[in-house]
Amino acid sequence: MTHPLATEQLHVVTVSVNGVRRTATVPARRLLSDFLRHDLALTGTHVGCEHGVCGACTVLVDGAPMRSCLMFAVQAQAHEVTTVEGLGTIEAMGPVQQAFTECHGLQCGFCTPGFVTTITAYLEESPDPSADEAREAISGNLCRCTGYQNIVKSVLRAAELRRDRLAAGWERSNCAVVNEGGAGEPS
Amino acid sequence: MKPAPFVHHAPTSVAEAVEVLRSVGHDAKVLAGGQSLIPILSMRLASPGHLVDINAVAGLDTVQVSEDGVRVGALVRHAQLARDEAAYAALPLLRQALVHVAHPAIRNRGTAVGSIAHADAAGELPAVLTLTAGVVEAVGPAGVRDIPAGEFFVGPLETALADDELAVAVRFGRFPAGTRTGFAELARRSGDYALAGVAVAITLQDKAVRSATASFVSVTDVPDVLDLTTAVGPDPAAPDLDAVADAVRAHVTPDGDIHATADYRRMLVAELTRRLVTEVLSR
Repeated sequence: MTHPLATEQLHVVTVSVNGVRRTATVPARRLLSDFLRHDLALTGTHVGCEHGVCGACTVLVDGAPMRSCLMFAVQAQAHEVTTVEGLGTIEAMGPVQQAFTECHGLQCGFCTPGFVTTITAYLEESPDPSADEAREAISGNLCRCTGYQNIVKSVLRAAELRRDRLAAGWERSNCAVVNEGGAGEPS
Repeated sequence: MKPAPFVHHAPTSVAEAVEVLRSVGHDAKVLAGGQSLIPILSMRLASPGHLVDINAVAGLDTVQVSEDGVRVGALVRHAQLARDEAAYAALPLLRQALVHVAHPAIRNRGTAVGSIAHADAAGELPAVLTLTAGVVEAVGPAGVRDIPAGEFFVGPLETALADDELAVAVRFGRFPAGTRTGFAELARRSGDYALAGVAVAITLQDKAVRSATASFVSVTDVPDVLDLTTAVGPDPAAPDLDAVADAVRAHVTPDGDIHATADYRRMLVAELTRRLVTEVLSR
């Protein structure tokens, strides 16, 4: 009897990730999280629980935060995926990344990519949250180091930085590389 | 923690999806939002040979409000339904319940119909569909049929859908004028499965309570409707909350698990209902 893996059908999957079209040949069961990390070598997206609870693997799909461990790569075709790598660089950090640095919003950093993507999208919808709203916004992401206090501060600081950058006429794409093409509605 | 191999089908029409289900439905699961299904696959609690991914099927992503109800297509995400102002105006209970469904990231992907077809006793939307006397629209090789909520939920994670049928939409019913609704649940952490939850609808007419009903989350095997009209009593200013709590305690059949004992859940849901009835009537 042939082993099922030997006959597993492969798919050529092309996904637009951080504005770049990337292609890999993978089985249908390849999770989007593994596709990003293993096939595209974008290891900024972290994988924690792999069943949707911890939020570490959160990426933006057409601008909306989703768990990359709860999608298959084949389902991401024709969608725009934004990972933490697409939200800034060390030289030019996005406002959320900058705020996490300033406010000690991370310690070990494992959960941070999921927080950064989640908060970036949240601030697009709610540019001026209260501390309570910030808490609610991050309630789907687990952090085992910080006790969350500094992450809440980071959300508020990021909102401030984002507003300052917009007021100073920064390009929208420097403020948050999301919602390009006016997306945001899951399709 | 990786799904077992499966064959991925991506039909682009309902007819095509049903045709796939007709041939492999006995060994297939329908994939819409996947926010419950993919964890089940990853944990290998299920390993179907085929996934029928309906995300590319046209025409399933609309919310339609009519005098009879709110029709929600199989690809409408929780977040989309919660934002829909016409749906909220027609049936506020939808948004009242949807904000309790997991976390925003899950609500961006998960679908209302998928949650109902999954039929988890801890799901919010099965309780809402049941309380509104809603209907599931199923398409199979023989055509379309309507399955009333009361017949749809057969057991925990078990529905009246046949292997070759696709739930293309659900229709939530609307309450009569003068109805107020509310939803309450308690979870250990925000977004977790609720230890217990309750949806309530109270209809007032001529300043008197004409009808009061409730359905429950996590404390009944399948959602059903508890008539609380007699327990609440006619006076909206002085509901008999002890009678309400007694009726709820007698109705529910919770199980205990690592998160809470059965007794605690019974006490909890009675208290949640008592508070929710008070809140709904004091608006």
